[in-house]
Amino acid sequence: MKYFGLVWRNAWRKKIRTSLTILSVFVAFLLFALLSAFGHAFKYGVEAADAERLIIIDKISLINLLPIAYQNRIKATEGVHSVTHSTWFGGYYQEPRNQFPQFPVDPHEYFAMYPEFKMPEEQFEAWVKNRTGAVVGRELADSFGWEVGDRIPIQATIWTKADGGRTWEFDIEGIFASDDPRGSSALFLFQYDYFDEARAFGQGLVGWYILRVERGADPVQVQNAIDTQFENSRNQTETSTEAAFAQSFAKQFGNIALIVTLILGAVFFTLLLVSGNTMSQSVRERISELAVLKTLGFGDRTVLGIVLSESILIMLIGGLLGIGVGWFVTRGIAVAAGAFLPGVYFSPTAILASIALMVGAGVAAGIFPALQAMRLSIIDALARA
Amino acid sequence: MTDILARLEGVSRTYQKGKERVEVLHNLDLQIPQGDFIAIMGPSGSGKTTLLNLIGGLDRPTAGTINVGGAELTSMSNSKVSHWRSTHIGFIFQFYNLLPVLTAQKNVELPLLLTSFNAKERAERAAIALDIVGLADRARHYPRELSGGEEQRVAIARAIVSDPSLLLCDEPTGDLDRETADEILRLMQILNREHGKTIIMVTHDAQAAEFANRTLHCDKGTLEAREAA
Repeated sequence: MKYFGLVWRNAWRKKIRTSLTILSVFVAFLLFALLSAFGHAFKYGVEAADAERLIIIDKISLINLLPIAYQNRIKATEGVHSVTHSTWFGGYYQEPRNQFPQFPVDPHEYFAMYPEFKMPEEQFEAWVKNRTGAVVGRELADSFGWEVGDRIPIQATIWTKADGGRTWEFDIEGIFASDDPRGSSALFLFQYDYFDEARAFGQGLVGWYILRVERGADPVQVQNAIDTQFENSRNQTETSTEAAFAQSFAKQFGNIALIVTLILGAVFFTLLLVSGNTMSQSVRERISELAVLKTLGFGDRTVLGIVLSESILIMLIGGLLGIGVGWFVTRGIAVAAGAFLPGVYFSPTAILASIALMVGAGVAAGIFPALQAMRLSIIDALARA
Repeated sequence: MTDILARLEGVSRTYQKGKERVEVLHNLDLQIPQGDFIAIMGPSGSGKTTLLNLIGGLDRPTAGTINVGGAELTSMSNSKVSHWRSTHIGFIFQFYNLLPVLTAQKNVELPLLLTSFNAKERAERAAIALDIVGLADRARHYPRELSGGEEQRVAIARAIVSDPSLLLCDEPTGDLDRETADEILRLMQILNREHGKTIIMVTHDAQAAEFANRTLHCDKGTLEAREAA
């Protein structure tokens, strides 16, 4: 700590140069925070997946629907504990940009399948009794200011009503929350029976099935048993774990992890060049001063430490500012867009990783100039001064 | 009998300049008593600065031994020599070599960073050193805000702040006008006479050498003594 004053003063020797370097570090780590938070959104479904839940979709495409008649056959399969279904409704609230997941479901089956969703018993009962009732996740209710008792019109983009209308109106009977911090409750759930009766087409069809395997049963065997069962049916099935399903769903948007890695790789490579150049210039400019320090008795390692600390300090200033602003921005995005893109989260793990990255980048950018300073010959350097 | 502070025996220093070997110092013997003030004069390239560097442990001889204050420099590791230098030697350069990013006070405190003194103790000692050189009121000024003479006074304060026994001065007045140079030399005399510092000063300036107790002439790698007038 006693060298901090010296390190600090040296770091600000050229204020404009240091400020620009810090700005580039700031931008790099702001980007890191944002991409990390968005990356989390794309993989959070995988993290929150339940190992005992399997998803069954049409083998050809998720868009193809499956007959409701499959449910009993699936339930009768060995190793299956329970099964329910869901369907993509794909509507919006007021404006097309207000899109969020809306699913027609069987209330009892669905909430039994997702025990992490909690809501007051009386609200659940009220929903079951009201065919046009709906329940919404807390995140969704908060983002639109909905409360129990509100009547919410949802504009259909796929499912027109039998009377030709596109507006489906639902009464909010309850608000549920997820007690799994990794998961999202930004869902709008309503009764399948009402949906099936009122839609203009597709009666007796569902989007996908969700099943829970019996405790101790082998999920792979259950997967194979189900897919084999429907091998010769009109709609062949593809069964996968919830995690694999979430992963393949996320991949529809491209390989997010690879894109994020490539962008950050390019950004940090450039950052190392910029900050490495700054440190090299800084050391070159004060060769004689470093020689004076050595003359005064500063050892080789102390000089190495001083130069390296300077490089790390610059990274930490820019980096901490970057992730600080990034944290506020991602919090803002999570609140404003949590319903449409749940899981935007700059996690503590990512914060720790970014701090480690700052120190690592500081060492990488400063190590060669620092070694140059350490190996400096006092005689040669003073003679050159 | 006067105590000997520095003893050089059979010291040679040879440099490789391209394919040529240049012997700067040749089989030199020298004894410097405690409390002495020696001026070393001689033409450029005669080995004056090399001699100073060897005594200060900045360079190592090709042959011979150097003992300063009981420390056998030639057998010490680089890190030990660095540490020894921080407590036993004060350096004063021709171009002051102050760190431009630090105030006079912080420049003077630099050698104390290598000690166990805390910040308050460092500040107190630096203030005393600045007071000795007559710059107590310039402590918060940066080198760019000081005159050449003031910068050299700060450099002297930095050299004495650790209370070293030996001051090595390489052309300390080479960049100053006559009047300022004389002020600096008088200050060095005070440090020698009143504070007991042993001083070895390399200079081209015969008038500067007159402030020393004796003058050694360095030429072609050997030393010749001439008593001051």
